[in-house]
Formats: sequence, C-alpha cells, structure tokens
Amino acid sequence: MYSEKVLDHFMNPRNVGEIEDANGVAQVGNPKCGDIMKMYLKIENGIIVDAKFKTFGCGAAVATSSMATEMVKGKTIEEALQITNKAVAQALDGLPANKLHCSVLAEEAIKAAIEDYLSKQKSKNTN
Amino acid sequence: MQERIIYFDHAATTPLKKEVLDEMMPYLTEQYGNPSTIYKLGREAKKAIELARERVAKALNAEVQEIFFTSGGTESNNWALKGVAFANKDKGKHIITTTIEHHAVLHPLKYLEGLGFEVTYVPVEPNGIVDPQKIKEAIRNDTILISVMLANNEIGTIQPVKEIAKIAKEKGIIIHTDAVQAVGQIPVDVKDLGVDLLSLSAHKFYGPKGVGALYIKKGTKIHPFSHGGAQERNRRAGTENVAGIVGLGKAIELATQNLSEYAAKLQKLRDKLIDGVLSKIDYVRLNGDRYNRLPNNANFSFEFIEGESLLLMLDMKGIAASSGSACTSGSLDPSHVLLAIGLEHEVAHGSLRITLGEDNTEEDIDYLLEVLPDIVSRLREMSPLYEKVKKGGN
Repeated sequence: MYSEKVLDHFMNPRNVGEIEDANGVAQVGNPKCGDIMKMYLKIENGIIVDAKFKTFGCGAAVATSSMATEMVKGKTIEEALQITNKAVAQALDGLPANKLHCSVLAEEAIKAAIEDYLSKQKSKNTN
Repeated sequence: MQERIIYFDHAATTPLKKEVLDEMMPYLTEQYGNPSTIYKLGREAKKAIELARERVAKALNAEVQEIFFTSGGTESNNWALKGVAFANKDKGKHIITTTIEHHAVLHPLKYLEGLGFEVTYVPVEPNGIVDPQKIKEAIRNDTILISVMLANNEIGTIQPVKEIAKIAKEKGIIIHTDAVQAVGQIPVDVKDLGVDLLSLSAHKFYGPKGVGALYIKKGTKIHPFSHGGAQERNRRAGTENVAGIVGLGKAIELATQNLSEYAAKLQKLRDKLIDGVLSKIDYVRLNGDRYNRLPNNANFSFEFIEGESLLLMLDMKGIAASSGSACTSGSLDPSHVLLAIGLEHEVAHGSLRITLGEDNTEEDIDYLLEVLPDIVSRLREMSPLYEKVKKGGN
C-alpha cells in the first residue's frame, strides 16, 4: 500500500530530532487521532537553514514529516509557506487515500513553526 | 535480511492444513456434483456435507440437525442476530450485548437499532471481562436476545458465557455466543455452555476461508438466513460450498482431537512472550486479563508510539502481527475494545497483538524478544510524547 519512497523515508527518516537553538517550533495534531508532529526550524535572514522533527504516528506520518523537513531546508519563509500537502504527498510518490490527512499535518506543522518564528520576531521588535 | 516470515497473526487467519486440503481436493475437482441432485455425483457431494455436519456436531457436543453451514463467522453472527430479532419481534425489541464484541456483531445490531430494536451495550471490567451481574441488571421485560462473545478477538479474554446463559435461561431469553476465536483454542461444548446459538469460522482453526457454521439449538425461534432452494433444511438457501464444508469438518475434527496438547504448547509460548516483553520494555502494559485469556493471545500497549509504525518495523524484520491503532483499522479511532477496557486514545494507538499458532516455536519468541525492544526504543526516540518522560528524569 505504501510507495517505496514512503517506506524509505519511514525506515530511514531524514532530520529526526530537535534543534537546540531553534527559533520556530510548533506541535500539531492530536493524540486522539494517533498523529502528532513537532517541527523545529532554524531561520536566519528569512531563510530556513535547518529543520528537524519528532513524530508520533503511522508510517505515512513519519514519512511526510521526513519529506517536509527536506523540502523546507534552504527555502525562504515565503517559499516554505507555499508548500502544500499535495506537494509533500507527490514528493513521496503518493499516499494511500486514507493517509492523505497525514500530509495535511506536515503542511500544518511547517506553517505553525513559521508562525511561531514570526510571532517571536514580532515580540522581539516591539520590545 | 530475514527470509522466513514469522507469522504471529493467527487470530486474523491460519494457514490451511495439508490434511484438510487433501480431503477438500476431490470436491474442487472430479467430485463436482451439486448436492441437491439425485444421481451418484450429487449424492456423493451430499454425503460429504453430512459427514462434515456430523464432525462439527461431535466437536461441539450438538445434534447433527442443529448445525447449519454458512459462509463464515460474519454470516453466522448476522443470521443469529437478525434472524432471532425478526422472529421474536412480537415478544419484544430489546437486545443485550457487550462493548467489546466484534464488528460482525456490533454492526448488525446497529442496523437492527435503525429498524426500531433497542440495544444495551454492557461495559466490561478493566480486565476485559464482562460481569454477568451487569448483564442481569440490563434485562428488561421485553429483552429477547443476549449476545456475548466466548473469547475476544483482540485481547483474547474469555467471557463467562456459561453463567450468562444460565441467567438468560431463567428469564426465557435467547442466548447467542460468537465463538469464532474460541473454537480450536479452548473446549467448546454447547450443552455445557447452555447457549441457543453459536457462531464459528473454519479459517480460524486451519480450515479454509469462506466457510463457517451456526449452531441453532432445536426449538430456537429464528428466521431463515436466505430464501430460495431447500438447502440447509430450508433455512439457508443457496448451493453449498461443498469443498469448504468438507474442509471445515476435517479442520474442526483435527482441532478438537489435539486441543489440550495444542493449547498447552501455545500457552507456554504465550507466557514466555508476556514475561519477556513486560520485563524487557518500560512503559508497557498487557491488555486483558493475565490468565483468563486464550492460550495463543498476547496484546500489549507501548506508550508514546503508534501501532502501525510498529507493525511496519516488525514487517521489515519478517514478523507479521496486528495492532488496534486507527491507522490499521481504516478509521480515525483506535480499537473500540481497547477504549472499552479504559485505555487512553494515545495508549490504544500503540497496541500490538501477537496471536500464536502451531507453526510458532520458542525461537520465534526469542527472535521477537530480541528485535522488539530496539524497535520500540527507536520509535520512542522519534516521538514528541516521549520527550517529556525523558526530560522528567525517567
């Protein structure tokens, strides 16, 4: 049911872990549904220089987390915000229909981590 | 990479036994007669079906006329529930069951609720066993049917069906038990249990898929399952699955002949597995009563991880198992059984069911106990839920 690429990103997930000095961090999902994604971003001069994740979830949730962190690295904030769940799923050669919600979670995690960064910047500037 | 598949999912299905296939084979080839015909080819097929019926009756301590062949456990359950409800609707519209039944019981009951029947779902105790007293308390004047499974398919707990049947009989209520997981694992005697209806399925005890039986005690008021030809004494129309029925007969004969030896072997392996997992891994619980469970069933919840991920990693190691996580059930909710015994959603998502069979060995258990701790810790390292525990100094 899973593509080779999904299985590869599940068995050998890229960017697992935490970033000590991350300046954009967010956790999305809910343990009730069995999927939680925590995204750590390090952003310098508007560019995402590093991304890591931790995920509680199924194979698709782990693989989309892995792929999403790969996709945002090196991108500007604006570019990263353009990443859709569809793009994440496509980069993994597709997901089974009942797993598409996992890719939505990846998109949400990117957006929420960037929002966290932006709100921190804002409060820094207002101080 | 491990070449051999270690199969730990015998509650899902079992491999067909060679001796069973051998008995079935003629009815898939040269003995193709329709059992309803009068010439020799048909009579031979009919004879084979009746021999199978005798074998099933003997295995269950039932009368031959009380055994009806079906397409499997789901059909047997559907027939029992709908057939009794429809035939007794003038007497009442209330049905009692438990919260841990298989979907093949819960969903027909939901359907009956849509038709105006009322169903009470009696909760089970935290050990996964229903208290017969609570069934008794749920009885109303218009209760027509009680359905309680003999053994649970997920956590393997054995239900006090005999006691519940006694309560039902005192009140003149029809009692059905879904024994799909129990037959071939524990002794099943319809007279001793005191039930009116009992469902079973061949592929759970090394028989073929697509065939099962419903025991209907003589005198039980029940509608036919299907209408058409006169097969199964006018109660289940449709040309019989001759080869399947022959396979069921042989499989149940073999399963009951060697039952105590088989159960003792599996129970020893199961206990080794349970002791091993509980001692080697932290933040784990055994779901279902430690002792009052099927000899082949172990069901664990590993905190902070999700079941499908666990299954995928086990699969990479050549191990086939099952989980109650939402992702393996195709819905967003984890197993209703694990929620019914009081597990939090996130703990229910991290469940692993290991069900043993005759092909399993001590070495299989050793291998699982060798790879499982690493897989669990690998997934936990990846889990944001585990961070807090680690940072909490545990």
